[in-house]
Amino acid sequence: MKRVWMTACAALALSACAQTPPVRSLSAATPAKGNAKPTFDRDPYPSTYRRYPGVPTLVTNVTVYDGEGGRIDNGSVLFADGKVVEVGQTIAAPAGATVIDGRGKWVTPGVIDIHSHLGDYPSPSVQALSDGNEATGPVRAEVWAEHSVWPQDPGFSRALTNGGVTTLQILPGSANLFGGRGVTLKNVYARTAQGMKFPGAPYSLKMACGENPKRVYGSKGQLPQTRMGNMALDRQTWIDATEYKRKWDAYEKKVQDGAAKPADQPGRNLRNETLMGVLNGEITVQNHCYRADEMAQVIDMSKEFGYKVTAFHHAIEAYKIADLLKANGICAAVWADWYGFKMEGYDAVNENLPLLQKAGACAMIHSDDPNGIQRLNQEVAKTLADGRRMGIVIPDEVAWEWLSINPAKAMGIADRTGSLKPGKMADVVLWNGNPLSVYTRPEKVWIDGALMYDAMDPRRRPVSDFELGQPGEGDVK
Amino acid sequence: MKRLALIAALLGATPLAAQTVAITNAKLVVGDGGGPVDGGTVVISGGRVTAAGRGVAVPGGARVIDAQGKWVSPGLVAGFTRLGIVEVDGVRETNDAGADKSDFSAALDVSLAVNPRETPIAINRAEGITRAVVAPDTGKTIFAGQGAVIDLGMDPNAVMRPRAFQFVEFGESAAATAGGSRPAAFAMFRNALQEARGYARNPGQAGGRITDGMLTKLDAAALVPMVEGRVPMLVHVERASDIVQVLDLVREFPSLKLVLVGASEAWMVAPQIAAARVPVLASALADLPASFEALAATQSNIGRLQAAGVTVGIGMINDDEARQARLIKQYAGNLVALTRVPGATGLDWGHAFATISSAPAAALGLDGEIGSLRPGRRADVVIWDGDPLEVSSAPVMVMIDGVEQSLVNRQTKLRDRYAVPQEGALPKAYER
Repeated sequence: MKRVWMTACAALALSACAQTPPVRSLSAATPAKGNAKPTFDRDPYPSTYRRYPGVPTLVTNVTVYDGEGGRIDNGSVLFADGKVVEVGQTIAAPAGATVIDGRGKWVTPGVIDIHSHLGDYPSPSVQALSDGNEATGPVRAEVWAEHSVWPQDPGFSRALTNGGVTTLQILPGSANLFGGRGVTLKNVYARTAQGMKFPGAPYSLKMACGENPKRVYGSKGQLPQTRMGNMALDRQTWIDATEYKRKWDAYEKKVQDGAAKPADQPGRNLRNETLMGVLNGEITVQNHCYRADEMAQVIDMSKEFGYKVTAFHHAIEAYKIADLLKANGICAAVWADWYGFKMEGYDAVNENLPLLQKAGACAMIHSDDPNGIQRLNQEVAKTLADGRRMGIVIPDEVAWEWLSINPAKAMGIADRTGSLKPGKMADVVLWNGNPLSVYTRPEKVWIDGALMYDAMDPRRRPVSDFELGQPGEGDVK
Repeated sequence: MKRLALIAALLGATPLAAQTVAITNAKLVVGDGGGPVDGGTVVISGGRVTAAGRGVAVPGGARVIDAQGKWVSPGLVAGFTRLGIVEVDGVRETNDAGADKSDFSAALDVSLAVNPRETPIAINRAEGITRAVVAPDTGKTIFAGQGAVIDLGMDPNAVMRPRAFQFVEFGESAAATAGGSRPAAFAMFRNALQEARGYARNPGQAGGRITDGMLTKLDAAALVPMVEGRVPMLVHVERASDIVQVLDLVREFPSLKLVLVGASEAWMVAPQIAAARVPVLASALADLPASFEALAATQSNIGRLQAAGVTVGIGMINDDEARQARLIKQYAGNLVALTRVPGATGLDWGHAFATISSAPAAALGLDGEIGSLRPGRRADVVIWDGDPLEVSSAPVMVMIDGVEQSLVNRQTKLRDRYAVPQEGALPKAYER
């Protein structure tokens, strides 16, 4: 996948650089307080996701990792009406509930991947479907990943059936300093991207530092060609966004005071609208960044302009500045053992996650890969064991936070999913053994309490439109 | 650090190369398809295995290593990699995998680029990989060049067998290289083999191109051992129909010793592959229709091939194969996991282990040398802290040719330096 990305990027580097003019619109709607008219629609492509029907289900005799560090041996999990009802040692089965004896098996919250390109870089990886990098300019905060999501990507099904992935964030690629908005999806096939959108999940902004932007644009003789060029363009972009926000803040105040005239409304600019969302704290920042020194530069930049970096992604060198990340409340989303595919990935260690955890920093696993997303549980198992070998002993159930509540927090959805707390979405995986073993696979996966995968039932195995009528249709994969 | 301490405790300070060594009390994996047996012993002498099994006597005077019930296996054989020829993929100066501006192709000898000191060698050695099949990547033609088999030892002589095979691309990428279509790739192949045969009969003057031919003389000369069946021809091919076409080439060039690489759709034509006695170095977990030539990709591919009687090992192609050979353990473990998924076809533990030991060795015709602990094989031995196919396991000791290897590398040194991230009395640069 990395190889494919680099190829795609090299090809894109030859294409012309289009300038996107500011988008002006008089269409209004939203969030003004008081009695004034809303200024514009903040959710013009709303989620149409609806949970599928489920039955009240009680799974008994299982080892439960609740996703927030809790563990119950020989425990039970009950969910109904799409929500977790109860997790405990023994739970009486309500009338009409399906009871599953899970002896020898494990139940966990569904896996959450904070960094995926499914739908935007789908299978098959042909140029016609390559929609993840708007590599026509280093600042492309105006693009939205959801407008590239192809909901028929066969990769969604593999992430579900082999990986137990129930929620995932689709991000634009990292060719640009500002890649655009990311979108959070429930891993449930739909005819439309809107049909997969996680209801109410905050938007994110994908940013990238380091080699990719400077390579893509520097090779064309454009800014940025260096890391200092990256920072300069980043900062100028934030200066412009701050000015945009100042105009809008002034206007919104007039609206609130009842003094606004239609002609007072500033022109809308999609790029700055997203950046203003970040400055207003409404949009999370998911920042691709490998090197420790660059993360430190970005942290200072975020303070310069008054925004918050939510998570550094890839963060190969996060272990070198685990204390700095903790002090600034910034998460690191990392791989277990990727290294060396490019210079900024040279200083990888297998123990990045345990070292972050030991320092008290917020850490999580991520995939960035349609194959890796099928084995995030195994990735955690690898790094967890490597950590233990160097004396960092983290219990299995605590390590599961790297797959559930921590990414949920960094995606702003921890109040709704990411752990098996009563009232949360019943995003649940029944594993056919210890999920930190290579020999274990998901046996059943529920999303919002609906059974979306059952290894025992070929009819509960999704097959995307693309795979219909093709060799291997409906195979176990 | 713990790992190092354990090795020291097991071995003391003396090098093992020339000694007779007996590793006793092992959970022993021979690597030829069987499962582990408890209470096993491995005897090593002169860099070779002399005996392995239960009830094997410890020779008098042998140095005894008590494995304390731990898993002991042959070192792992990575069936298709670019190990030793790439330091950082994206840093062109360090990447010798391919030469897309060279006028030469089949002649390119990858063994000349192998650097035993590059960091991926030490990193993979520390995870139990002791041998690797190293293939070049294609440039201007479908012939990538001559691959090598290497060891991952600390010594400066990594190349075990140079010019061990020719690597050829067929399918989508070959179509593009050859001018735009699959037929163009086959035409390029046929022409090259005919010119190579002609060259073998009449080598003529050295240098330059063959008279009235398309090949350089060096390329033609390099193809002769392949045409004559003295070295295998490894062919990357994915689509079922392409595989059938490649199998058919043997009718035209009967001495070719084919080995398929990648082969995502091989399960669809498994009986033909078995009948042709062609081994496969397959991508283990490819299960996405990543291209139109891999629509039927499934993790059950290897299991189905094995069930059809095909010799099948795990190869990695277009899968971080320059650095991540160590993942083959995880891949093999996943094949075992499939045995518990209804409708999937996996492998039992012993056969899964063979896909990363004796099977790839056999595919290259080297199973008499490496890939198992049967008597006479090179003494590549790993002692593990757990089941070698389990993702939580790691080696506690690695031996190559009977020599104990360091498990330290850049990554373990960085880890140790930053075990506490804050600087101490001096900057981190002084800490090692």
